[in-house]
Amino acid sequence: MSFTFNEKNLKKCDAILKCYPNKQAALLPVLWLAQKQQGYLPLDAQEYVAQLLDLSPVHVYGVTTFYTMFKTKPVGKYHLQLCRTLSCALVGMENIGHHLKEKYQLEHDSVSKDGRFSLELVECLGSCGSGPALMVNDSLVEHLTIEKLDKLMEKLKKD
Amino acid sequence: MKKVLTNRFLIENSHTLKVYREHGGYQSIDKLFATKPADIIEEVKRSGLRGRGGAGFPAGMKWSFIPKGGDKPVYLCVNADESEPGTFKDRYLLEKDPHQLIEGIIICAYGVGCHHAYIYIRGEFDLAYRRIQEAVDEAYAQGVIGETVLGKEYKLDITVHRGAGAYICGEETALLESLEGKRGNPRIKPPFPAIVGLFNSPTVINNVETLSALPFIMNKGAEAYRQWGTDKSPGTKLFCVSGHVNKPGVYELPLGYPLKDLIEKECGGVAGTGRLKAVVTGGSSVPVLTAEEAYSARLDYEALMEKGTMLGSGGVIVMDDSVDMLWALRNLAYFYAHESCGQCTPCREGSGWTYKILDRIYREGGSEKDLDLLLEIADNMVGRTICVLADALAMPVKSYITKFREDFVKNL
Ligand SMILES: Cc1cc2nc3c(=O)[nH]c(=O)nc-3n(C[C@H](O)[C@H](O)[C@H](O)COP(=O)(O)O)c2cc1C
Ligand code: SF4
Ligand code: FES
Repeated sequence: MSFTFNEKNLKKCDAILKCYPNKQAALLPVLWLAQKQQGYLPLDAQEYVAQLLDLSPVHVYGVTTFYTMFKTKPVGKYHLQLCRTLSCALVGMENIGHHLKEKYQLEHDSVSKDGRFSLELVECLGSCGSGPALMVNDSLVEHLTIEKLDKLMEKLKKD
Repeated sequence: MKKVLTNRFLIENSHTLKVYREHGGYQSIDKLFATKPADIIEEVKRSGLRGRGGAGFPAGMKWSFIPKGGDKPVYLCVNADESEPGTFKDRYLLEKDPHQLIEGIIICAYGVGCHHAYIYIRGEFDLAYRRIQEAVDEAYAQGVIGETVLGKEYKLDITVHRGAGAYICGEETALLESLEGKRGNPRIKPPFPAIVGLFNSPTVINNVETLSALPFIMNKGAEAYRQWGTDKSPGTKLFCVSGHVNKPGVYELPLGYPLKDLIEKECGGVAGTGRLKAVVTGGSSVPVLTAEEAYSARLDYEALMEKGTMLGSGGVIVMDDSVDMLWALRNLAYFYAHESCGQCTPCREGSGWTYKILDRIYREGGSEKDLDLLLEIADNMVGRTICVLADALAMPVKSYITKFREDFVKNL
């Protein structure tokens, strides 16, 4: 089945277009909307957005592959982004990365077999003073410890 | 101390329009519209306010480059991309006092004749994004912005625009490309954004913290702002302290404040082993200081320049003496290699090879020649590229290897 915006998102799309003097400038917000609807950005969604904004599919593809938060492949129901940069590394991020691998078989850019979890090691999340920092989908978890992580994973496994 | 930027941080619901108004918010608007735009720019020049995004360029001077009376619209882009490792101040300004930023945007917009401002916010921000979007919505709903500004005949639109994960989009011309719906590749300058910026129009780009200082300057005047700081670095600055201190966090301090006092008095001293080894003062892109250098440093643009480093974004990363500087530099090299947009060969290849060589030395060892090679690569990265991301890696490489050579030699 090919991708189209639902009614609600078509309306949102119109509102977005009003904020910019040309259609191309609406590309990032419209891609965000498509990703929210579909969970990721398969090629047909990218082509749909291209058509909607009068852009070439290759332009859109160039953009989706430039930005790390646009996903061209599916991620887990819970997408974990663990910050790997210096300030978090200074306060124990490496142990947490190790634990995710040993206990949950989650490595950078991997999705668990049941599709529930995926992990990405990412760069500085702007929470350096309260690291180690982890994003679980859209929410930030700060001062992460192994105990805190285990509790969180237990909870998410049951959801 | 009464401060400029963080006065309302501890008040409950400080992010709402109601509380902002109860605590002096939007009071500068009457005075603003009773003053000529050119005089606003003069006042900001007199305050000596400098850009807080990293480069420290005088804000009033930047605004004065915008051509007067042209037929193209003027745009303001608020840089809320905050991605420099060690930096997390704009996030707090957005979360705790978004209306202060909006008032700052109104002041700047009126000064330069802008009627549409874009806030470019990094895609990973969650609460900060929701707070600024809610504040903008509330400001529209209550007539603070929109067809008029609080009833004054001045149309002003503000659009919050989310990035999608790319450090380079904090560089001002990459930010413009990204806002135009393209890959975030920095542009060759000149032309400068003040002449050819967003949508080919004159554009001002300012950091969140820079703009957030404007309501104070409008209300109290340039002289009041100058009661803090030094002659050339006036005012206060947010310092974000991370790494090995007992109380990491964001601190608003007068410029010129001793780094030693920041670490020991404000942040409760060095954590971990309790013994200081190194400090980065302005986000990961600036040269590192040894403990000895750090203890005699003052936190302003000129004093840090004299120490061979920079104030940058105010991201202070503290490292105790258990830290292996080879490990630390390898971590940063990976960051820059990952974030290089790839347009310039010295940056793309230089950052990639720098990481690979450091990683090899870290895991398998190497020879003195590898250290010379790293320094040579760094030399070839400086000043040869479209933007300064290449320099932002070269500077740490040179300073880590020359100041902490024994940490590298031990692995050879
Ligand atoms: C690689 C790179 C990344 C940058 N990232 C940011 C950033 O995240 N936030 C920011 O305000 N400025 C950033 N800057 C600085 C901007 O280019 C620009 O100087 C600044 O936004 C201007 O605002 P100001 O004068 O108010 O500081 C970056 C610069 C470079 C070269
Ligand atoms: S220096 Fe690096 S990040 Fe900057 S434009 Fe060149 S390749 Fe891109
Ligand atoms: S280094 Fe991890 S959030 Fe900044």
